Amino acid sequence: MSDLRELYQQVILDHNKNPRNFREMEDATSRVDGYNPLCGDHYTVFLKTDGDTIAEVSFTGSGCAISKASASVMSSTVKGKSKEEAEHLFDTFHRLVTGDASGLSASDLGRLAAFSGVSEFPARVKCATLAWHTLRSALEGRDEKVSTE
Amino acid sequence: MSVAEVLTAYDIESVRRDFPILNRAARGKRLVYLDNAATTQKPQAVIDRIVRYYSQENSNVHRGVHYLSEIATIEFENARGVVQRFLNARDVKEIVFTRGTTEAINLVAQSWGRTNVREGDEILITAIEHHSNIVPWQMLCAEKGAKLLVAPVNDAGEVMIEKLERMLNPRVKLVAINHASNALGTINPIKRIISAAHANGSIVLVDGAQGVPHMRVDVQDLGADFYAFSGHKVYGPTGVGVLYGRQALLEEMPPWQGGGDMILSVSYEKTTYNALPYKFEAGTPNIEGVVALAAALEYVDGIGLDAISAYEHDLLLYATKRMLEIDGLRIIGTAAEKAAVISFVLEGVHPHDIGTILDQEGVAVRTGHHCAQPLMMRFNVPATGRASFGLYNTREEADALVAALHKVIEVFR
Repeated sequence: MSDLRELYQQVILDHNKNPRNFREMEDATSRVDGYNPLCGDHYTVFLKTDGDTIAEVSFTGSGCAISKASASVMSSTVKGKSKEEAEHLFDTFHRLVTGDASGLSASDLGRLAAFSGVSEFPARVKCATLAWHTLRSALEGRDEKVSTE
Repeated sequence: MSVAEVLTAYDIESVRRDFPILNRAARGKRLVYLDNAATTQKPQAVIDRIVRYYSQENSNVHRGVHYLSEIATIEFENARGVVQRFLNARDVKEIVFTRGTTEAINLVAQSWGRTNVREGDEILITAIEHHSNIVPWQMLCAEKGAKLLVAPVNDAGEVMIEKLERMLNPRVKLVAINHASNALGTINPIKRIISAAHANGSIVLVDGAQGVPHMRVDVQDLGADFYAFSGHKVYGPTGVGVLYGRQALLEEMPPWQGGGDMILSVSYEKTTYNALPYKFEAGTPNIEGVVALAAALEYVDGIGLDAISAYEHDLLLYATKRMLEIDGLRIIGTAAEKAAVISFVLEGVHPHDIGTILDQEGVAVRTGHHCAQPLMMRFNVPATGRASFGLYNTREEADALVAALHKVIEVFR
């Protein structure tokens, strides 16, 4: 049970139940679909940029608690950040969930720290990173479908 | 014997002892393996057969004049006889070894289909097919300008037979349907469907991947033109499967892969193809797989498919009743005739999360779309959890599944 509590931390359960920025965005500058064919997780990430700054991110779709909470936390974490800062956050997050967190401090992680348990569940890394991959694609201006496979 | 007598006589302890993997732990818990529709575990008899093949018999078949090649060829062809008797096919020539159900279906699509399906023709499938019984026909239809028709299912997950029968028309060249659905467990009334299709002049392919492990199959009684199944879903090894085809159809079909073993003579001007079934078995086959598949079928026969069906059905009823006691749990697929497969959703919890938590309790289930995405859409769920039972599962294991599902609720409460 302890590993499970590590995985399903309160922050994740909360964001799963009440996802933030969970809506369509009519004036988005780009929107990209992200899909995990293995488990059927499917999200659309909406992005509005103002020059180099991420003005707003929202998302719609469905999937497991890990993927939905991750999309929710991602959407609020990157708001107001520059594209480069968002890239850096993704790298940090990726290191965290793949168990390469050495040298990452609590201040680097912030709310992302809730996903530390994912590294014990390799099968769930794709769930945790789906929304981030989709965001990256939107930032690169690629209006295409992203797949984890 | 009555059903009660069959159940009393079923020696589950002895059956379980035949499967060494059932003794191992998973995540520190006793392994509860409920993913049999994905693949089954192997009895010692199958494992030993593979070892014996490589320790005593390994050689290429149908080629050498030497001692080992003779033994390997005899064992390989004996295995074909075992399959023939298991399916009650009329002739060993009607048994073609493939890599599995998927390859068997593709063989029919590529060979029979490309020869016989023309522009404007139709192929009829149902809404509860596995992707492997959808995509090969889609590819064929795209190539030929033919149309794929899909017979609908009702809310219980049963094919709507009257509708299917009304869809039969002179353009329908082939009906492709599973014997039992991997995603929902529904057992299709294929004898009735085959007879309606034949009255319409259509050929019928049965995807028997989930039929053969759970019930006695008699291809002559069913009247199937083609019947495909996989070794690994019936306690045999992966990488081997069977296509049964009626001899008259197979005779007229062109080979679909060229190579060794499928020829009588080759010159640069002309190649003469080998006789059935070798015409469809190009290249060195999966010899180890074929002989071990025969061992698996003999093992299953030793217990008896009628006994297995009765035992699994009893388990299905018990597990269904126990699972429905869980608040917020809904079973997708409530057909009157079902194999021991329970697809389910739990209110407010995604199946993938269920799968992870069950796994922590040592309980192996499949979660996802079960290679049946259109079916998931039909039931308006992105995915389901699926517990599928085999001949070695027990009521205690169904209880362990239910206890683990309560853990899921505890985490997500």
